[in-house]
Formats: sequence, C-alpha cells, structure tokens
Amino acid sequence: MLGWLIRRVLQAALLVLATTVIVFIGLHFVGNPIDILVSPQADSVERLRLTKALGLDLPLWRQYLRFLDGVAAGDFGISFVYGQPALRLILERMPATFELAGAAMVIAVGFGIPLGLYAGLRPESPASRLVMGASLFGFSLPAFWVGLMLIFCFAVRLGWLPSSGRGATVSILGVRWSFLTLDGLRHLILPALNLALFEISLVIRLTRAGVREVLPQTFVLFAHAKGLSDTRVIFVHVLKNILIPVITVVGMEFGSLIAFAVVTESVFAWPGMGKLIIDSINLLDRPVIVAYLACMVVIFILINLIVDILYMVLDPRVRK
Amino acid sequence: MHTAPAAARLVPVLTVEDLTTVFPTPRGLVKAVDGLSFSVGAGRVMGLVGESGSGKSVTGYSIMGLVEPPGHIAGGRILFAGRDLVRQSRTEMRSLRGRAIAMIFQDPAMTLNPVLRISTQMVEAIRAHEKIPRAEAWKRSRDALGLVGIPSPDERMSAYPHEFSGGMRQRVAIAIALLHRPSLIIADEPTTALDVTIQSQILARMQLLMKQYDMAMIWISHDLSVVSRLCDDIAVMYAGRLVETGLADRVIAHPRHPYTRGLIDSLPSRARRGERLRQIEGMMPEPLDLPEGCVFSNRCPRADAACRANPVMSVSTYGAWQWRCVHPLNEGPVHGHS
Repeated sequence: MLGWLIRRVLQAALLVLATTVIVFIGLHFVGNPIDILVSPQADSVERLRLTKALGLDLPLWRQYLRFLDGVAAGDFGISFVYGQPALRLILERMPATFELAGAAMVIAVGFGIPLGLYAGLRPESPASRLVMGASLFGFSLPAFWVGLMLIFCFAVRLGWLPSSGRGATVSILGVRWSFLTLDGLRHLILPALNLALFEISLVIRLTRAGVREVLPQTFVLFAHAKGLSDTRVIFVHVLKNILIPVITVVGMEFGSLIAFAVVTESVFAWPGMGKLIIDSINLLDRPVIVAYLACMVVIFILINLIVDILYMVLDPRVRK
Repeated sequence: MHTAPAAARLVPVLTVEDLTTVFPTPRGLVKAVDGLSFSVGAGRVMGLVGESGSGKSVTGYSIMGLVEPPGHIAGGRILFAGRDLVRQSRTEMRSLRGRAIAMIFQDPAMTLNPVLRISTQMVEAIRAHEKIPRAEAWKRSRDALGLVGIPSPDERMSAYPHEFSGGMRQRVAIAIALLHRPSLIIADEPTTALDVTIQSQILARMQLLMKQYDMAMIWISHDLSVVSRLCDDIAVMYAGRLVETGLADRVIAHPRHPYTRGLIDSLPSRARRGERLRQIEGMMPEPLDLPEGCVFSNRCPRADAACRANPVMSVSTYGAWQWRCVHPLNEGPVHGHS
C-alpha cells in the first residue's frame, strides 16, 4: 500500500514536470507576451525594461531553471498581467469551479442513475426509448449552444433564473460558497445543468448497460429464488454491481468536468478557474497557465487515487 | 431408499399436469415445455433428465415462477401444497420461493452475488420470510453453514464468494436453499461444474440432508450416472416432452423408450475398453421445426411410418411406469415388480 502510494506520488511529480516543459516550449513558439502586454506606442527602452523585469531576456532553458527554482519554494511565478502570485490567482478561483463541477456531478448522478435503472429494467417501454433518445442529444449538442439556449429560455424568456455570476455567497473558512444561499443556488442551477448535460447522458447509458448486463446473471435469478422482494433485488443485488463501473467513470469524469468547465464558465460568466485560464491564454500569461496546468495534473491524479480507493471499497474482489 | 413405501408415492409433494411453457420468438411460438406431467413423492428424489434444450431447466423455472418474460406458462397446472402455482399472484409466489420451494443452480461461481458478504446473502434470505432480529438470523445462517460441512463457519460468514472454492460455494448455495427447510428443492445440475471428488462429497451431503429433513427434490441433470446413484424416480424429457418416466433403477435397467436407451448407451462407463463410444445419431430438432408424430422419430432406429403418422402420442402405462412410444423396447422382466 505504501509502495503503491509512493509510486503514485513520483508519477505525479514526473507528470507535472513534463507538463511544465511542454507549456514552456509551446508558449515560446506561440508568441511573445511582451507584444501583448506593452502598448503599441511604447518605445524600445520601455519594451526592454519590461522584458528584463519579467525575465524574458534569458534563454528559454535558463527561464525554465529559474521557474523550477521557484517551484521548489512553492512559487509558480508572478502573473504578467495581474502582478500577483500565479498560484494564488488559481487557488482563489478554484472553489467556484469545484462548486460548479460538484453541482453538475450531483445532478448527473441524481438524474442519471434512476433514469438509467428505469431504462435498463424496462428497455421496451416508450419512456425508456425517450430517455435513451434524449441522452443522444445530451452527448452530441455542443455545450456552449445549450448554455445559450438555457439562458435564452430560463433567464431571458421566462425570467425564472439569473444568467450570470455567482450571486450571494457565504464565506466558510475563508472560502466563498454560492450553494449555501438561496440566491447563490439560483445562480448555480443553470450553469451546473449546462455542465451536467453530457454527464447525465453518460451516467444514463452506463447504468442502463450495467443493468442489462447484470440482470441475466444467475445470482439475480438466485436472489429471486430466495424469495427476495423485487426492490431488494434491484436496489441491493443489481445496483451494488453496476455502481462499480459507474463510480469509476464518474470519478474520472470529475476531472474532465473541472477542466472543461471553461466553456460553461465563459457562457455564464462564472468566476472560476476556467475563465481565468482562457483570459491568461489570450494574454500569454505564462506563469498562470503553467500553474493552472500543474494544478490540473495534481487534481487528476488525486481523483484517480480516490477512485481507486472507492473501487476497493465497492468491489471485494480487488481488495488485497 | 429405492424401495420407498407405496404410500409416499401416493401423496405427492408436487404434481405437474399438462404443463406447457412457451417463449414467443420472431419466428414463432417456441414450446419449451409441451404437455408435461409428472409428480414428485414426499421425501423422494426425481431425476429430470434430457439433453441441453430438452426443456428440463425451463420446467424448474416454471415451478418456481421464474420463467424469463416474454416466456410464460401457457397451460397446465402445478399443484403444490394444495395450491395451483400457475394461478398464484406474484406476491404469493414470492412468499413460497425460498421458503417452501428452493432452487440451486449449476454454476456455483455465478450463483452468489460477488459484491455481498455471505452473511448478507444468508440473513436476507431468512428475513425475506421471517421477521426475526438480524442477530438471530445471523446465528441460524452460521449453523446452516456448519450443517453443509463448511469449516469454521463463524469466520466464513463475513467472507465474500470469491474467497471460497467452487465446491464450497455450492455448499453455501445449498445452505441458503435449506435455510427454511423447504419441502421441495429444485436442483438444476448443481454438481455439473464441479470435479468428481467434490461432486461425490456434495451428493453424499445432499442425500443425508434430504433424509434428515424429509425433503423431496427434483434433480435436473444430463448425467445419468449421477441420476442412477441419487434418484428414486426418473423422468426423461426430449424436445419439451416427457418420453419416459418410472422408478429410476428399473427405467435405467430396462428402458422402454429408444431415446432413454440411447442416453444410457451414451454413458462412457457402459462401453468396454477399446470399443467405440456410442452416441445418439443426429441432433435434437429445432423447436420450431419438430417432426410430425413422435418428436424423436427422425433420430430413432426403430421409427417407421406409424411413428410419423400419429400426431399425438398416446402414453402407454404399466403401473407408474409410463412411456410414449409406438414401438417400445421390450426387454427384461416387466411383471411382478409394481
């Protein structure tokens, strides 16, 4: 167990290192941030001064070593644009993104599992066909378009829900949360639903496939032969077996939700990491981009770790 | 035990009359079981034999009320404890299942739920029928594990199925089936997936428990050597129909139906060393394409025009011994045994 954990941490460190190298080289070819940061009217003295100040006059490999030196001390550099530590900028916005992704996950599981169960148990019924058809739309409609449609319907036309921002927040341990106030919750619904759409479809299809696979198994027949109620057979014997693949995929997807919240955050002006990273890429704000990607790698690895542990809790066969 | 008192045969635990179970398919209605009648005496073991696809497992599921939809029982009666099981509601069937009639299955690796502890799967089986405290159900489950010969049952209760060997898993399934002391157990080839030494142990244990609790059993199998060791009575099925039934040792010693003869001759132990193993020529007909008259006529060495002409086979009876054949084999003594 400990060896496994150490291996995981080493893997993570290597991945973070590789990511930063790629970003450094990639951004170097994309363009010079000075061109964007300095006003066109600035003279060459001004340009040179800024280039020196940001350390961009050094060769790329020296810039990278300097960056590594900083990282060792927990410093990912100062944002070119905001003039603040890059890591702090990211961490400040992280709770908003986590809140959005978490809400989307709750919606996806809360709707996906019951609908998938129903579709799996009654595959021939018209309602099941409707659910399966609708899930195809969930897969294929682009998120930004659905987001705009949600705003159009529920915010503009019906006026039921707000279309942008986080609304009122409550601060707990120095972190602001929207879902604890009614206003914040109202602000959260539309973006969370938008982000969840793909995941609902995924969970429905996974659950349905699992049910179809587990139902013909002898142990289900044996459970019925013991005289158990249908409810017990479905919610204990069947559900516990299909939860294994569902949890695995949903866990992995949580990382993607955080990473791809970019689109939803842009559409709904949700002040999370996604919006920050889009702005930073536009301005070639390298410290922020590097810090963001490093954070993403760490988050993905943590999620994988949690999924592995959950997997062991759920499936006795993989426990050692 | 083969010479059970005649009285036991007169009071059947289960009587199946003209049972027909069908499965609608795109190409037509498949009669998996067609007009099947037999009865199982109290405390007796009935061997239900036949090739794969003969309808023997579907017969078991029909009795349990567990025929997979859209399949369903289209006709006949299943009399058990003064009730016709065909006409029971879902709730009534559920209360009978596992309590009065239990079933065990072929593959012990697939019978138990892989993600639930043995204790969970046993305790739920008790509490589905008796509202007793969990702790009490747990104790009874543990005792049941001991009864089927599982060492250190206290520790094994919290184990998961994959921590057991195949033979031990089948013992657990048997223990679950016995929890409510059912009057009838339907065993669907429970020893087929096990190796012979384990098979013998399980058979011996089953025989002992049957005697001890005076349970009747339907032993579904294609293995005549096991059936001849274990069963009092035998019913031979072919293409969904009963072709021969009677006392197991007599039917096996002097089969009347050519199909029964063929099954017996197919046993490797019947062939001498070096002799070619015998087999029944041909394949079981497609369920939607049964021959006219006798369903076995296309594979039968004795079949003639009379067999193919007769659309409904008459059942010849000699005491409790019945066969469905126009030209039965006529070997060995018949008189003075019934």
